[in-house]
Amino acid sequence: MWIADVEFLEALVAGLRQRGFRVVAPVERDDAIVYDEIRSAQELPRGVGDEQGPGRYRLVERGDSARFGFSVGPHTWKRFLFPARTTLFSATLEDEQLRFEPAVLPEQRYAFLGVRACELRAIALQDRVLIGSGHADAHYAALRAAAFLIAVQCGQAASTCFCASAGDGPRATDGFDLALTELLDAGEPRYLVEVGTDRGREVLESLPHADASEADRGAARAASEAAARQMRELPAESLHGVLASVREHARWDDVAERCLGCGNCTLVCPTCFCSKIEDSSELSAKRAERVRSWDSCFSFEYSHLHGGDVRTSTRSRYRQWLTHKLDTWHDQFGSSGCVGCGRCIAWCPVGIDLTEEVRVLCDKDAAAAAPVEGDV
Amino acid sequence: MSSTTATNSPTTVREPMLPSTYRVLRREQETADTVTLTLERDGEALAAACEPGQFNMLYAFGVGEVPISVSAASDVGEPLVHTIRSVGKTSAALARLKPGQSLGVRGPFGNVWPLDDYEGHDIVVIAGGIGLAPLRPVVRRVLERRASFGHLVVLYGARHPSELLYLEELERWRASPDTTLGITVDRTTGVEWMGPVGIVPRLLARARFDPIETGLFLCGPEVMIEPCVREALTRKLPLEQVHVSLERNMHCAIGLCGHCQFGPHFICRDGPVFAYPDVESLLRVREL
Ligand SMILES: Cc1cc2nc3c(=O)[nH]c(=O)nc-3n(C[C@H](O)[C@H](O)[C@H](O)COP(=O)(O)OP(=O)(O)OC[C@H]3O[C@@H](n4cnc5c(N)ncnc54)[C@H](O)[C@@H]3O)c2cc1C
Ligand code: SF4
Repeated sequence: MWIADVEFLEALVAGLRQRGFRVVAPVERDDAIVYDEIRSAQELPRGVGDEQGPGRYRLVERGDSARFGFSVGPHTWKRFLFPARTTLFSATLEDEQLRFEPAVLPEQRYAFLGVRACELRAIALQDRVLIGSGHADAHYAALRAAAFLIAVQCGQAASTCFCASAGDGPRATDGFDLALTELLDAGEPRYLVEVGTDRGREVLESLPHADASEADRGAARAASEAAARQMRELPAESLHGVLASVREHARWDDVAERCLGCGNCTLVCPTCFCSKIEDSSELSAKRAERVRSWDSCFSFEYSHLHGGDVRTSTRSRYRQWLTHKLDTWHDQFGSSGCVGCGRCIAWCPVGIDLTEEVRVLCDKDAAAAAPVEGDV
Repeated sequence: MSSTTATNSPTTVREPMLPSTYRVLRREQETADTVTLTLERDGEALAAACEPGQFNMLYAFGVGEVPISVSAASDVGEPLVHTIRSVGKTSAALARLKPGQSLGVRGPFGNVWPLDDYEGHDIVVIAGGIGLAPLRPVVRRVLERRASFGHLVVLYGARHPSELLYLEELERWRASPDTTLGITVDRTTGVEWMGPVGIVPRLLARARFDPIETGLFLCGPEVMIEPCVREALTRKLPLEQVHVSLERNMHCAIGLCGHCQFGPHFICRDGPVFAYPDVESLLRVREL
């Protein structure tokens, strides 16, 4: 492990840009921390923290000079690796000759600065879905293979975080090229640097750094321990078979009373991968295009069948979302689809807290009292 | 083999979302709203083999793409056969295609009816409406390999006599050795109809088969499944021998878009054909 002072960030951004990367990092915009391209480390927020709760997100002054003093905001890295809209091909039809032209694969090379542990895990889950389950998504695979990931270890958790119980907890141990822990003991922050890959090492070697002292390592450990103290939790890391066994629980009706069916939770979720395919043609009707865009299991059309939509009630759509994320994801991809980032709690306009819903749904005493039909 | 899927076939297109160009070779008007299209691949590449139970994604230029089962099995390089009922935007555009016109095809996708597991057994085929299309290749295969199977029962329900598919072929089936064909309709308004009126499960009650040695294959509206299964149970047919083809909204057919999820299953990839016990509890959940 190495130690670097705050100038390291500027050199890192410059070095990555020199290598042809577009550096994307947290920036402050519209009263939120969002991810966008930066050209200089000066663009990182300074001394900004956040306060989050169910249906609540606001930025606060920290009174220090932390560059990464907040938790995750409304953006996720999937907006870069799995963009909300991707053109898959164009087609032409002239004189009864139908021709298809696949879209060019993206060539952007992104360097993500400030990827949290839950987000690394989310990227690994999307890898499993979009690359590792039979038919690889060529667009995702191209962007993903080129991406350089710089993790930032969390020094505190938001009140909405529950990565300690949902995933591997707040300390990233792999899946990054470089990882930084921000140490705030002096005026300007210093960074403990961990190397995850050879190309991470190559980048580090070109930048100013020194060996980390035992005290610095201890401070980084303490930061992670602080971040591991979380208010919210899931009853178990694996809920495989649990939610699927309570598909007729009365709580689904209860949550449906509150849920607006807006789908915000699916948009801010870093692992939600559902998409829709739309084919359209130009007015000339000679050229057509296929676009894939994000979809949400909360939309009506999502389950449309000729003769009627399958999931007409909010109850069934919320149940699909939660059960897929925490239960049937195991059947499909061998793990839970939730990383505990808490975004769906903060960005739900009515403050529905999935950890609370799960607690009630999994409560055996309550379940015994609730009517359970059909499914076992 | 019953587990053949086209995904490992060498003729499958590499970019899974990119269709190949096919051309309508023949178009048969089956009923007022349903056509059978025979499709030939454009260019040098060979069409992939399609097995009974599988489906292709058919793309109408600029309009959309929908899953349509193969209504006849085809070997590598042979034309594809699809029966399409016009119910909405894309199916209507496909059903309007005339010989010589082009469309896009991706596939085949999905698993197959496990007919091979029932060699020497009786075969019961139950179809409702357009559900006969994916089952026609099963009936054809049994008749082609007549000696390999026992008695064949085909039970087919339609809303109205005017909506019956494959009329000439139905007559050939009726006349085939060791074959029982039962057809029932919901209504008979405006036509003379000598056959039964009512739901398909009633035909099952009277059908001739050996419950222990029978494979039952079913495709039709989801509401048809439960009463048929109940009838099969009354006849002491083990439910592992009941196979149903299911239908959900589908956009990609390769397990990436999420739409066709049915509990833990992606219908496009794990189905569309399921052994009934694997989906029994899921079918009981409303709005799953
Ligand atoms: C595995 C499988 C095999 C099928 N085989 C046949 C067949 O052999 N012959 C046939 O006529 N029909 C078949 N269908 C049904 C056919 O796909 C739908 O009728 C068709 O998608 C309707 O699209 P539309 O645009 O015309 O109608 P709309 O009602 O306008 O539908 C809009 C969109 O919703 C989706 N959608 C609507 N209904 C269905 C549906 N039933 N299944 C899946 N997606 C749907 C499609 O994405 C469609 O583009 C099959 C469906 C599945 C899942
Ligand atoms: S849970 Fe909240 S965010 Fe999700 S659909 Fe319901 S109201 Fe919208």
